[in-house]
Amino acid sequence: MGGPVIGGTVIGGTVIGGTVIGGTVIKIANSQFWVHDQDEALKFYTKTLGWEVRADVIVEAWHFRWLVVAPRGSDVGLVLMPVPGPPMLDADSSGALSELVAKGAGGTLFLETNDCRGSYEDLSARGVVFNDPPTTQPYGIDTSFRDPSGNNIRLTQVLPFDLSRASS
Amino acid sequence: MDSRYFEDLSVSGMARVAGLSKAHFSREFCKAYGEAPHQYLLTRRLERAAALLRTTDWPVATICSSVGLASVGSFSTSFRRVYGLSPTGYRASWPPAAQFVRIPLCVARAYSRPQNRTFREDGARGAT
Repeated sequence: MGGPVIGGTVIGGTVIGGTVIGGTVIKIANSQFWVHDQDEALKFYTKTLGWEVRADVIVEAWHFRWLVVAPRGSDVGLVLMPVPGPPMLDADSSGALSELVAKGAGGTLFLETNDCRGSYEDLSARGVVFNDPPTTQPYGIDTSFRDPSGNNIRLTQVLPFDLSRASS
Repeated sequence: MDSRYFEDLSVSGMARVAGLSKAHFSREFCKAYGEAPHQYLLTRRLERAAALLRTTDWPVATICSSVGLASVGSFSTSFRRVYGLSPTGYRASWPPAAQFVRIPLCVARAYSRPQNRTFREDGARGAT
């Protein structure tokens, strides 16, 4: 239907990996961050981080925009959902959630890279502000930054475990 | 090129980064990847554009510029050459994006619940 599909979303495909429970297989499809502004988040994840848009659809009748991004080839997508207001959350709770996300309490996404220092240089040049420069750990090298809403993103290069590789 | 396809890339710019002359870069690229660098970049951009036509409701012009192509006219021509359909024709050959991308309805509906419900049980609980 409609020509070749390369690098697109797999629909109805075979699930590879995942937990097998009583004959069914379960794996993570998407994870989710609350964001303050979907346009701002879209720009950050695609233009700054270079990720792909997996879905961006507005359902007018529901005042809802389904926005999913992911690094190229990733099995798991990241849904960027606006902090809900009334009636889903009352105004006080909605405001509190917005503030908590801004303070970094919204959660963390853990990314892996093959070269932490290289990613740090590249992404810094593209405008990402890191919390710390890359530091060595017994498990590898890692660093972290935050998205425009305040969500934490940890970036780790995994190396063979070595306790003598002291934290720096 | 795979991760920066949406930027204003040029073959001479890529050759400069690789520290090669434009002709030498193109020759070496062809040898390694089996197609010329500009063709590889265009293919990558068209693949992304096709995915966006299936999975977003963005206008064609937005999709064109978001994959790094400046002219909607030449985008449509290249797209038709590769996919056999115009961008809008290609989009129409797939289910509407809102269905295709599997929006979880319970989530969408939670956002759109009517704000002032006037069911009797609200009154039964008294003013809060």
